[in-house]
Amino acid sequence: MKEKVPLIQMLYDDIFLMFLLGITVPALTYTIWGLIEVASKQISP
Amino acid sequence: MAIAKPSENYWEEKVETSEKVWISVSILACLFMFSVMVVWAIVGRQNPPQEAYRIKTSEFQKRVEAFINKYKIGEENGIPIVEAPSKVDLYMMGRMFQWTPILVLKKGETYRIRLSSIDVNHGFSILPVNINFQAVPQYEYVLTIKPTQSGEFLIVCNEFCGLGHHKMVGKIIVK
Amino acid sequence: MQEVRVCPVTGLKVQKHAENLIKINAIMAVISLLIGGIGALLLALTRWEAIHLLPADLYYRFLTIHGMNMLVFWMVFFECAGLVFASTIVLNARQVAPQYGYLAFSLMLLGWLMVNYIVFTGNFSESSVMFTAYVPLRAHPLFYLGYILFAVGALIFCILFFLNVYNARREKTFDGPVPLFTYGIAAAAVIAVFTLIHGALAFIPVFLWSLDIVKEINPAVYRLIFWGFGHPAQQINLAAMVSVWYLLSYFTVGGITPSEKVSRTAFLLYVLFINAGSAHHLLVDPAYGTSWKIFNTSYVIYLAVLASLIHCFAIPASIEIGQRNKGFNNGLFTWLIKAPWNNPAFAALFISLVIFGFIGGTSGVIMGIEQINMKLHNTLAVPGHFHGTVAAGTSLAFMGLAYYVVPLIFRREWLSRFFAIIQPYLFGIGIAIMAISMNTLGRMGIPRRTWETTFLNVPHKDLLEMFLGIGAIIAFTGLIIFVLHIVLTLLFGKKINGDNKPEFPLITESATSKTATPGTIVLAFIFLLYLIVMFIFNWYLLSRAWEVR
Repeated sequence: MKEKVPLIQMLYDDIFLMFLLGITVPALTYTIWGLIEVASKQISP
Repeated sequence: MAIAKPSENYWEEKVETSEKVWISVSILACLFMFSVMVVWAIVGRQNPPQEAYRIKTSEFQKRVEAFINKYKIGEENGIPIVEAPSKVDLYMMGRMFQWTPILVLKKGETYRIRLSSIDVNHGFSILPVNINFQAVPQYEYVLTIKPTQSGEFLIVCNEFCGLGHHKMVGKIIVK
Repeated sequence: MQEVRVCPVTGLKVQKHAENLIKINAIMAVISLLIGGIGALLLALTRWEAIHLLPADLYYRFLTIHGMNMLVFWMVFFECAGLVFASTIVLNARQVAPQYGYLAFSLMLLGWLMVNYIVFTGNFSESSVMFTAYVPLRAHPLFYLGYILFAVGALIFCILFFLNVYNARREKTFDGPVPLFTYGIAAAAVIAVFTLIHGALAFIPVFLWSLDIVKEINPAVYRLIFWGFGHPAQQINLAAMVSVWYLLSYFTVGGITPSEKVSRTAFLLYVLFINAGSAHHLLVDPAYGTSWKIFNTSYVIYLAVLASLIHCFAIPASIEIGQRNKGFNNGLFTWLIKAPWNNPAFAALFISLVIFGFIGGTSGVIMGIEQINMKLHNTLAVPGHFHGTVAAGTSLAFMGLAYYVVPLIFRREWLSRFFAIIQPYLFGIGIAIMAISMNTLGRMGIPRRTWETTFLNVPHKDLLEMFLGIGAIIAFTGLIIFVLHIVLTLLFGKKINGDNKPEFPLITESATSKTATPGTIVLAFIFLLYLIVMFIFNWYLLSRAWEVR
């Protein structure tokens, strides 16, 4: 009889969730935040 | 099993003690390395500067020329030698294929050096100290720097900038 | 009706289209490796200034040729073959919409032709911009267009990977979780999509700028977006290499990971946090703030480094488990001493693991520390690091896999047992010698990407440059043996029909019990100790530099 797969394992096995997180998380911490950094540079006084 | 199937409930499998110990030690090592970086940023004496501005390359070049005109004390191979007090901002300009001016500094004094390039990316590398910064056109990087040795130092460009890249060697003099 | 055969060695179903797509990508990978390799030898014999082989303009041009053909073409063509393999044969499944696979390959081939055409024949300024092509350096439009087409083709292969996995699930060609190898390749595929999106964001505007359609590109924005492509491209290599390590451990000694849960967690940590590390290229740049630098360069509190440390334990442990299951159960290291060192796939696996870890990985973690980077940015220590990772790590691991791909996919018998066995040792040891020389010279300030450094005399410079050159010559020998051996085998090797076993044994039944792994514990702690020592030593070197903030 098949045992129930724990929820967290189901999340692990979900390749599409992996895809979604793998694109959005670094896009936020590196790319978007990085662009904000560049945009916030003031003109030299 | 790399190609064969893992067990259906691999999550339930016990993790061996030695691997658990290894993971715990690794986590501690990671936290340790991270905290050294953070602590050094607060109390350390060598940190990448954070002060930087946007500037048009023509404007930067104008300011460099004004600075050179005010504090020039000589010339070497066509490059002006400049000595200025530490209470004013100093300038360092990279261009294909030279660094201008030759700065004369005093050991143990803290200077603000405004670094940029007026054409392409250059690498500002003081040798043989070995300390390196990126000179990006349209950005002025303010290095608050204190030379702790005296002598004549090279400024080598270490970002590829064209055919004359390896000839782009400047100088900094520390008295 | 799709033609399918059953592999006589593994029992897996091999569909014709999947097999074709693997083959054509593998062939282009090896051709690119050859071009890049010849470039490598010429460059090393130029950095060895006693020889100083190339004139300045050719040196800079070959840096671009070498960088593009190795980092982009050799790696990505091989990985596309791997994407197909991991989502079809491994899952007993078919290639979905193969016509898109052939289209993707055609785009990659066209891109490859364009880039190689322009960097070989273009004039100096329009061709010699390096793999990084930092704006305002301006290449010929063909360079950027080739880069873009190649990236689009690779992106299609990534999408096909996910479609294959989805379809295999739907057609129930396998059940339960995907095998660990495929899981790792999935992580690589996710990172690849992140990479290629950034490639498009970086190169499309610059392409338009090279045609004077776009007036200006902000150099700081370009650097940020480029490295959102350039470094994650290396992390694809990392995830793929680690996956190949697990696979080779299985094939060579029947190895299984001590914990699926832990190994998969490590791949997930890569997916979430490893791309942030791209910030380590920008640590001494003006346009980004300290918090952004520290948060990202640490791979988010070193979580992705933790993932590598997990694999650092799990992979030797998998080998130890496989070996102890086969009876080599006495003492601390018998399992390692009695391992199949004359199986080039195993030799490649273990040598690449050790060199990647000790030379590549540690130097990378250290160089990526925000402050220590001030000592190492743009010095020869940078290529010293990445030859330890990409050449002696990923490339060598891929070469190891090739020793199975040729008999199982191309179905030819290797021509020479002798050359197969020595090849991984030559390549690995050669790169190691070269990388150590580069790391040492770099720490003394010798710059990278520079034709001549006579302005700076550092201790033992001539000796170190000689070792750099000798290491490169040895590595090149290993590389050329590999390429010639594959080409000659594919042309003249005996065809494998029916049930002949591959020359180098392939184990298809894994270990059955997860034994303790005391040998691995010792090796892992030796590694950690080495990392800490290098860490402290490099902080010490920094503390002696001028004060700056």
